[in-house]
Amino acid sequence: MHSKEDFISGADVRWCPGCGDYSILSVMQRTLAQLTTARENHVFISGIGCSSRFPYYMNTYGFHTVHGRAPAIATGLKCARPDLTVWVVTGDGDGLSIGGNHLIHAMRRNVDIKIILVNNRIYGLTKGQYSPTSEIGKVTKSSPMGSIDYPIHPLCIAIAAEATFIARTVDTDPRHMGAVLARAAQHKGVSFVEVYQNCIIFNKDTFMPVTGRETRDDRCVYLEDGKPLVFGKNKDKAVVMNGLEPTIVDAAAADPSKLLVHHENEPLPHYAYLLTTMEYPEMPVPFGVFRAYQKPTYENMMDDQVRFLREKKGEGDLRSILYTEDAWTVGANQ
Amino acid sequence: MTKLKAAEPLIVKKKAEKETDAVIIRFAGDSGDGMQLTGDQFTDTSAVMGNDIATLPDFPAEIRAPQGTLPGVSSFQIQFAKNEIFTAGDAPDVLVVMNPAALKVNLGDLPKGGTVIVNSDSFNEDNLRKASWKSNPLEDGSLKEYPVVRVPFSSLTRNALKGTKLKLTEIDRCKNFFALGLTFWMYGRSMDHTLKWIGERFSKNPELADANVRALEAGYNYGDITETMPARTIVRKAAIAPGTYRKITGNEATALGLIAAARLTGKQVFYGSYPITPASNILHELAKRKNFGVKTFQAEDEIAACGAALGASFGGQLGVTATSGPGVCLKSEMINLAVMAELPLVVLDIQRGGPSTGLPTKTEQSDLLQCLYGRNGDSPVAIVAASTPSDCFDYALEAVRLAVQYMTPVFFLSDGYLANGSEPWKLPRIEELKPIPVSHPGAGEGVFLPFVRDAKTLARPWALPGTKGLEHRIGGIEKADRTGGVSYDPENHHKMTMLRREKIARIADDIPPASVTGPAKGKLLVLGWGGTYGSIAAAALESRKAGKQVAHCHLHYLNPFPKNLGEILKHYETILIPEINAGQLQLVVRGTYEGLRVVGYNRVTGQPFKIRELKAEIERYC
Repeated sequence: MHSKEDFISGADVRWCPGCGDYSILSVMQRTLAQLTTARENHVFISGIGCSSRFPYYMNTYGFHTVHGRAPAIATGLKCARPDLTVWVVTGDGDGLSIGGNHLIHAMRRNVDIKIILVNNRIYGLTKGQYSPTSEIGKVTKSSPMGSIDYPIHPLCIAIAAEATFIARTVDTDPRHMGAVLARAAQHKGVSFVEVYQNCIIFNKDTFMPVTGRETRDDRCVYLEDGKPLVFGKNKDKAVVMNGLEPTIVDAAAADPSKLLVHHENEPLPHYAYLLTTMEYPEMPVPFGVFRAYQKPTYENMMDDQVRFLREKKGEGDLRSILYTEDAWTVGANQ
Repeated sequence: MTKLKAAEPLIVKKKAEKETDAVIIRFAGDSGDGMQLTGDQFTDTSAVMGNDIATLPDFPAEIRAPQGTLPGVSSFQIQFAKNEIFTAGDAPDVLVVMNPAALKVNLGDLPKGGTVIVNSDSFNEDNLRKASWKSNPLEDGSLKEYPVVRVPFSSLTRNALKGTKLKLTEIDRCKNFFALGLTFWMYGRSMDHTLKWIGERFSKNPELADANVRALEAGYNYGDITETMPARTIVRKAAIAPGTYRKITGNEATALGLIAAARLTGKQVFYGSYPITPASNILHELAKRKNFGVKTFQAEDEIAACGAALGASFGGQLGVTATSGPGVCLKSEMINLAVMAELPLVVLDIQRGGPSTGLPTKTEQSDLLQCLYGRNGDSPVAIVAASTPSDCFDYALEAVRLAVQYMTPVFFLSDGYLANGSEPWKLPRIEELKPIPVSHPGAGEGVFLPFVRDAKTLARPWALPGTKGLEHRIGGIEKADRTGGVSYDPENHHKMTMLRREKIARIADDIPPASVTGPAKGKLLVLGWGGTYGSIAAAALESRKAGKQVAHCHLHYLNPFPKNLGEILKHYETILIPEINAGQLQLVVRGTYEGLRVVGYNRVTGQPFKIRELKAEIERYC
């Protein structure tokens, strides 16, 4: 068994004091120590951005790659080495802007990689431009009159790509984050976890209205498999479906059979998509595991094809493909 | 399947027969007429009959341009000979055309006196108009300087297939086999190989197999019984070195080279690729070979193809990616990461006409400077280049060897001409293929130093994830020497820049010297690289036969150059560098060696050089 310290690389951590990434790093190190996977079998792959410095601080194998491309590199690694546990750490700019394409394709292929998308709704490393998840109207250095980009919702993209494990957590709740990361690690197939993260310098308190200590009970709903979506300080609010619209009702007064009950393991993505559209201020924001569904993984299907062909045709014989039937021999006496 | 057995080709009754050393035939037709298939069959048969062969397929980028139009014309040229030949020949002796558009596009290449065989059925008003003929060239004297053999391919094929259940459109599609049968008769070819091929190819559709056989045989018999056919021409077997041969295209040889590399390194090939002309059929070849330890990955784009290959290399497999010029642009950032992280990566660049989309199906060698320099920072990589379809096998292997032994990206350059062109390949003896040793550090105690280098090669250790005790981090940020930690230290950056450069330079100690054909000193050395080998070798040989003092040196290593290249170049008054680009190797040679008289011959037409144009150029200098 490992301890949390075994996962600390010793490299100087260079995030700003107060950055939410410290918490994510610490929870990751603690979570991995509790898993059975040997330290040398974990690999962290990242792109570019503040969160992408993550691998340097983990005492595992790590590869800090190029902007947005970590899912592609992780896909190749996992296909070549299905024995490894491959993590991708990315951000809202890295994963959803420059690397949006790779993210989508890694998820739709169901490659067994664990993608942690650290969302702080801002470009931090380039010093404060709006990101693809920034709210419309956001004033930043590159949008002095307010951003005119409609934001992208990370979990909507994940569910549209039919990722098999989808979850959301937040940097200020280490216990919740640890549980979600452990579930993500254990899922066989692609895992996509959005972590709400606070950029203390360029986008301070962006998630405070939702996740702040004072408000979170009324504005967040914690998903539990098989249980109704109930929230509020006194667990007094629930969600029912009004046609295709989720609606908040008084939990005590509502017909219990009408309450929306959470199921992680829905084969169809519709319900999980509905959850991803629940946003502050109209609705409570869901946290926890949105979807955990099993289907064959890409790297296993790739190995199956290799195995199938080996069984059918035998281990490839180089001579047979060089010296084919249409080869001809010229004798020494000609 | 057929009652007729292949006629014995060499037993001819009364007809006249002549012998010649080499023949060049070009088949041309609409892109739906099956000209590539016809050419392939003629080539296979000629190879099996013992001729030396070289081919030049030429097809449009459009899969089916509007039928009968000029942009839709597809052609296939083959030279078969009793002597050693280097190219598919400058100009055809015989042009077989299936429609007026094919005649229009190809007639200019046919020397006066060359034979034209036309599908006379297709010269109707509609087709003539589509091909922009103002009047019928068969009637208006356009062809008066050429012997013309008019054969109504379409109606003769319909006659031959009377009684078949096939639809008329299917019957008409058999006419290329009629044309093939006729040319088989004209050159005394056996039909056996093609009959066997038809049987296998159409085994699930006996009706179609039978129709193609009947069309082939009808074409053959038409030649045999028609008085107006020109005399039959015989090309004897070539006196080629003993050994076992097969016909091979460059892309097939490249794929086989990678499969052999998997064997010789004891590793699995991970081939990440995105479809692109003219590289795609390497992916097709490898995708069939999963029982050889090959994993193919069709990525979402060129970048991911390269990234996945690099990820596989990080995991300890042979990461290979393939593309053409536009794809190299997209992969360049990832290749740079491989330079910085010092991981093996093989990048196959099957060059085509550029810039941008350029000429997707035509050949060019204009990516050399992109591969050498097209990345940010000082970013040295090794570059090898194949020069014939068959040596794509050798240089694919060599690219893998250098990549794994020097922990570096290596470009393998081929081009559209090599990729699709074919020649007989003297097969290597399997037991003589040298193993490529690869080592990985084992589980360790204490601090692992991922950037401590091998004293000779300067390669860093290839430590694999999963190895206990070797956990380490790499990436695109500058590394501290030895430890591999992130470093912004000015002196360290200088040192690492020079180390990366020196590592590639030291490959020169580990590759064969350049060699020269012809005089070791004198007036002129023709220096070439890549797919121009055949044209240059043939032009230099012919010039020497004509008494000219000309030598030829062909480079397979573009970075680093062979160590003796500077010494070779000094011994000639003029260095002529012909390239199918605007002077890329020329620029590098001028920048590398001083005191030379370097001249270029640069033609960028999407076609290989003609021997006669190079010969004329050579003779300007000696």
